[in-house]
Parts: sequence; structure tokens; C-alpha cells
Amino acid sequence: MISQNISELLVNLKTAFLETFLMCGTSIALAIVIGVPLGLFVFITRKELFWDNKILNLVGNILINIIRSTPFVILLVLLIPFTQLVVGSTIGPLAASVPLSVVSIAFYARLVENSLCEVDKGVVEAAIASGASTTMIIKEVLLAEALPGLLRGLTVTVISLIGYSAMAGIVGGGGVGDLAIRFGYYRYETDIMVITVVLLIVLVQGLQSLGDYAAKKSEKK
Amino acid sequence: MIQFLNISVHFSAKTKTVKAVKNVSFEINKGEIFGIVGTSGAGKSTLLRTINLLQRPTEGDVIIDNKNITNYKGEDLRKLRTGIGMIFQQFNLIHTKTVFENVAFAMKAAGKDKEAIQKRVPEVLELVGLSDRASAYPSTLSGGQKQRVGIARAIANNPGILLCDEPTSALDLETTNAILQLLKEINEKLNITTIIISHEMNVIKTICDRVAVMTDGEVVELNNVFDIFTAPKHEFTKSLVNHTINLELPHRILRNNDSLILKIIYSGEKAEEAVLYDTIRTFNVHINILHGKIEYITNKPFGVLVVQLYGTDFNVQKAEEYLKERTFKVEVIND
Repeated sequence: MISQNISELLVNLKTAFLETFLMCGTSIALAIVIGVPLGLFVFITRKELFWDNKILNLVGNILINIIRSTPFVILLVLLIPFTQLVVGSTIGPLAASVPLSVVSIAFYARLVENSLCEVDKGVVEAAIASGASTTMIIKEVLLAEALPGLLRGLTVTVISLIGYSAMAGIVGGGGVGDLAIRFGYYRYETDIMVITVVLLIVLVQGLQSLGDYAAKKSEKK
Repeated sequence: MIQFLNISVHFSAKTKTVKAVKNVSFEINKGEIFGIVGTSGAGKSTLLRTINLLQRPTEGDVIIDNKNITNYKGEDLRKLRTGIGMIFQQFNLIHTKTVFENVAFAMKAAGKDKEAIQKRVPEVLELVGLSDRASAYPSTLSGGQKQRVGIARAIANNPGILLCDEPTSALDLETTNAILQLLKEINEKLNITTIIISHEMNVIKTICDRVAVMTDGEVVELNNVFDIFTAPKHEFTKSLVNHTINLELPHRILRNNDSLILKIIYSGEKAEEAVLYDTIRTFNVHINILHGKIEYITNKPFGVLVVQLYGTDFNVQKAEEYLKERTFKVEVIND
């Protein structure tokens, strides 16, 4: 009881996956480029660290918390003017990438901060005692030692993003999740629903394994 | 030379201020191995950290080679720290870097170029006996090896001072001795002023020249190690060194009234003389050794013997007087 012919399905799936990759790829790239520095910033402005600064630390924390506590669907709508400004359109996968990026930056920044907290204080202290500059300690001790945690956090972020991207259909973002909703749910084509869900499971499993492998490798044990 | 001038360190907790170090003043000579001993929470670690300003003193000044470093900041502070090596109880190596890279990190921190690093790192690794593990990651090393890397990292920049924060407390006895020997060797070879913190008197006894005894934030006694062990003055020091000269005997033996039981303490050169033999020959008494040991503290012997004297009352009394003359201290313990 295949309701669409195979080739049509394949075309739809291919477009949907490309859209998902575009959305998630853009967001994850921005999460790394902006989220890592943001997480690092919140971490080192903490009490008794290099840039101990209560106010800056509070500002960073509140910013992350506001974004993280707003339901994604709401954020999607709230950010429409901003999206219009940045992309020049509010429809399509690129437009959907804007709210997705904002969410993933905040999400990843928090995970980055958490993994930096896990870095052995003694190791940082030894680096300080050796007279290393703050930049050198950040680069060669903090980020290097937190790398396994950073990679695990990245895996979690990517997988959550794929979930969020399903909602991007609301602004015409497309993607695999959107395909499942439009065909599988609204048009009662259960087989499409099943195929997309299975493909998503495979994708997520693959990403998780890849992330675990990379994290393990970076532990140098 | 390192001078502490009226150093106090206070930590303010929510409800009260904790005084970790209270008005401490003393000097550490260039090139010596100086011990700071005390129970945990005595403030020894806090005091040690004021030398490289990992801990800023609340009051007082730290003077290194006639320079007051207490208010150093920024570049000056970084420069100061590159001239002071430090090793830690938990080694604190960078897990994601190899042995070589860990040592190289300290040199890079001091602004050394690649060429200097390539030349120096193998040298220090050789010095600590780890040449063959240069490309290993810390997680594959034993505790003793990790501390050797720590030492290599600390001395890579030819520092004038080496701070050791409980360097052997995470190691077993055998490894402890090997690490202490290495520290001593490095101190002699490179003439590095070495400051060791420990709660183990054994560590102090093995390698230190002088020692400060700390309790509750204060230095209660400071002397050369031999005198601290053989003639402790403060109650706390006495309790610390007690086990060194405290020999337990069964009550059954102490209850014996037929003979005199003496505890003879030898110290210094007198411990190397044949005192017992001379006593036996001169006073015609029988001497039976019940218990005893001799420790070598900074190469000087310090011994305790518990002996039983038999003979005529007159001879035994004479022998006791003679022993008092020839040794450090004699106590009657069975009366």
C-alpha cells in the first residue's frame, strides 16, 4: 500500500534531508563559533577565575537562560522580525536556521560551561603556577582538557537540533520532520511517517556513535 | 632567600573569618631543603602558596631575593612564576598532553622558543628518569612516574625555587622514597631552594635541612631537623616526633623489680661509640637489650635503646651514672 510511487518518495526524502542538513549544519556551525566563546565567557567570569566579574557573569547567564526557557515554537515566532532582518525572508530552510541557531548557541553554551566546570581545578592551578598567560591556559588547558565533554555536548546539541528542526515546518522550513508531519500525519500516509521516523532513528544513532567515538578518542586514555 | 614578614591569610566565609595563617615570619635560605610540617588544616599549604602568589597574603610581605613580590601583578607576576617550579600532591598533569608536551607547556609559558624546548625537554626527562616515556599520556603512567613528570615540568625553566605541596602523599612508601631521593638529587645538582610541605615526619626526616612546625596557622617551632627530632620543645612537635623514640614494651617486663630498666637515648657522634661494651667492661654488669632502634636523621644517628642492667647494686648505680655521662639522655622506666 505504497501511496506514492517510489521515485516521488525518494525525491521528497532527498529534498527533506538536504533541508534538514542545511538547517542543522548552519545552526551547529554557529553554535560552535558563538556558543563556545559564550560558554567560555560565562565560565571564566565566575567567582575566583581569571575574569571574576559578577555582573558580566550574570548577564551571560540570564541571556542563556531566557533563550533556553522559551519554548522553541514561541521563539520561532518571536524571532520573525529578527529573521527578516538577517535573511531578508521569513520562509524557507535558511530562515528557519536563524531561530534554530539562536537556540543551539544558548544550548551549547550551557553545555560548554558545564564541561569546563569538569576540568580538574588542580590542572588549571598548575598552569597558573607555571606562569602561563590566560590565553594559553584557555587554549591549551581549559579547552583541551574539556574536549571530550565539548564533543559529547556537541552530539547532544546536534541531536536536539534535528528534533527542533521538525518544528521549523511552521515557518516553511521544510526538512525531514516536516515531511513526516505533512505527509504522514495530515495526509494519513502512515508508510511515509514510518520511513522518515526509521531514517531519523538511523541518523541519530549514527551521529551518537560518531560523537561517542570522537569523544573517546579525544580522552587520550 | 625567601622571607616571610608577618604573613597572615584570612578567608572570609559567610558567617565568620577563618584565619588560615596567623602572623608568620621566618626565612628560608638559598639552596636549602626546607620542610613545613603540620596536621591538615594547619595552614602550611596556604603559606606555601603565598610564595608564588597562588594565594595573596591578607597582611604582611613575601620577600624573594630582596624583592618584595607581594603586590606583583600581570606580566611581573607571570615572570615571577616562571622562575618558581611547583609540584602537587595530585600531580596535576594535563591529561590530553603527552609527557613531552606537559613539560613543553611550562617552557612555552615562559616564552621559550621551539628550538630551546626541543633541546631542554629530553634533558629534564633524562634527569627524572623518564626518557623512554616522552610520548606517553599521563593516564598510562604510575603515580611515581606522574610525579616525575611533575618534577620535570617544574624544573624545566631552571627555577631558583621549587615548591612541593605534599609531593608524596598520594604515593606508596617505596615510591615516596624514590621521589624524595630525586628531589634531594635535584636540589644538590641544581642548587634549587626547595620547600616541602608534608604531614609525614618521615618525609621531613629523610631530606630536609630545616623544618618549621605549624599548627593552627602558627609556626610553633623552627629548627634544624636533627634538633626537632631529638629535642622538640613545643608540645605539638613532641607529639609529632613521639613515635620516633617511643618504644612500647610489654607490662610484664616493666613490672620486673630484680633489675634496672633504662631507656638510653643516643644522639650525634655519641651514638657511634661502643658505650654498652665499655660499661660492661668497666663495671662488671650484665646488660640485656630489650628493645631499640637507630634512626639516621640528616646523616646523623639518633638511637633509642631499652636495656636491663643486672649486677650488684653498687655496680649498677655506677653503670647508670656512667651511661648518663656517655649518652644523650638516660631514663629509668621500671620504677
